[in-house]
Amino acid sequence: MSPSGAEYIRKIKSEIAEVDPTDAHELVGNGVAFVDVRESDEVARGHVPGAALIPRGFLESRIDGAVPDRSQHVVLYCASGQRSALAAKTLEELGYENVESMTGGFTLWKDRGFEFDVPRNLSAEQRERYSRHMLVPEIGPEGQQKLLDAKVLLLGAGGLGSPTALYLSAAGVGTIGIVDDDVVDLSNLQRQVIHTTDRIGTPKVDSAQATMNAINPDVNVVKYETRLDSSNIMEIIEGYDVIVDGVDNFPTRYLLNDASVRLKIPVVSASILGFDGQLSVFAPYEGPCYRCLYPVPPPAELAPSCGANGVLGVLPGTMGLLQATEVVKLIVGAGEPLIGRLLLYEALGATFTELKVRRDPDCPICSREPDEISDDEMGVFPDYDAFCAAAG
Amino acid sequence: MAVVRIPPVLRASTGGAKEVDAGGDNVGDVLRSLAQTHPDTEAQLFAERGELNRYVNVYLNDEDVRVLDGLDTPVGGSDVLVILPAMAGG
Repeated sequence: MSPSGAEYIRKIKSEIAEVDPTDAHELVGNGVAFVDVRESDEVARGHVPGAALIPRGFLESRIDGAVPDRSQHVVLYCASGQRSALAAKTLEELGYENVESMTGGFTLWKDRGFEFDVPRNLSAEQRERYSRHMLVPEIGPEGQQKLLDAKVLLLGAGGLGSPTALYLSAAGVGTIGIVDDDVVDLSNLQRQVIHTTDRIGTPKVDSAQATMNAINPDVNVVKYETRLDSSNIMEIIEGYDVIVDGVDNFPTRYLLNDASVRLKIPVVSASILGFDGQLSVFAPYEGPCYRCLYPVPPPAELAPSCGANGVLGVLPGTMGLLQATEVVKLIVGAGEPLIGRLLLYEALGATFTELKVRRDPDCPICSREPDEISDDEMGVFPDYDAFCAAAG
Repeated sequence: MAVVRIPPVLRASTGGAKEVDAGGDNVGDVLRSLAQTHPDTEAQLFAERGELNRYVNVYLNDEDVRVLDGLDTPVGGSDVLVILPAMAGG
């Protein structure tokens, strides 16, 4: 006579190894692979931290991806310990050598007060809005959640800041700070595409916020209608994950470098002039900093501003979107960021050139650890305005 | 002859040329040859004692000559020198 379902499960349980939740709890973080075999609606209410989430029906097809090593210690669990027992039997048959099923399942784990993670789910509207990101393996739901959690600071809502603000808003970067003390001017509109003719005279941070939230109302836009200086930079940039440098002067570029190295915040840096653009990512202590690349600023005759010499209106779009791309890569952890490399774009010849940038072992800033610099020192930045006066 | 790429801010000193051929066995010779042909570039490239101005980056192909042998870095006929000043436009 065929066994009943309950008898079958009892038989399987007698053939596999089981582990009590208290003993299993000791194994968390010790290189043991936890696998949750419940359905996604059950997992949505919580799961063991770090567990791989593989519904029982997908176990055979997905376990190789989650636990490729057959000798790896695996703890399986479900809600009560029955499905995980069956799953343990399956894994044994697949050649896994050290598999245990957790008795009492996640219910008992929770009852004993052990920690668990509740996965955050995107809303239906978010799943639709970011559906094209979801389809890209390098981003997917996890990467989109990282974007939604990210805080990115844009220095300047001008030529470079406009395209980065537009696309980072569209991409769903959760918090975007903008530092700019200027108002929209008619001469900006040839390239600063986040602003509009009817907003001439409006503060750029307000104009940018209006466009960004029109694209994506979820983005929390934090406005700093001020000019970065040594008295406010540490306060403003602290807490941001990535900084996008699109400022139009050397004093602020050097000041930003020193403060971002101190706080270990990566800077995606671009500059433009005429038909030429430069782009690099300065990741403190991982790669070179701005001072490693440019130890001192050039004199005024070699450093004209866009205001003095002009710039192709499309160019900040090209360079700003390369910046936005690097920002997204840094946040989701995809690809090879432009760290230790300088990308030159020459629009007239339509050429890209890549140069190596090395860390300078004698760099006055990043050759020192941040904690080697005293608080008193950190509060006082050199007088960059005087230092760079000629280069303005 | 190596090819020297001229940045936009120096092109007024080279008659608008984006690239200039210049002879020399090392980086210093090539740049001095450039300065001879286009004298306006000299003060922008070299400091008083003949060393490179600190604000001028020079790359042999894709490598900064500061991490090679500086002005003494050997240059071959098929090499490209890139002169690169910082830019601050945004």
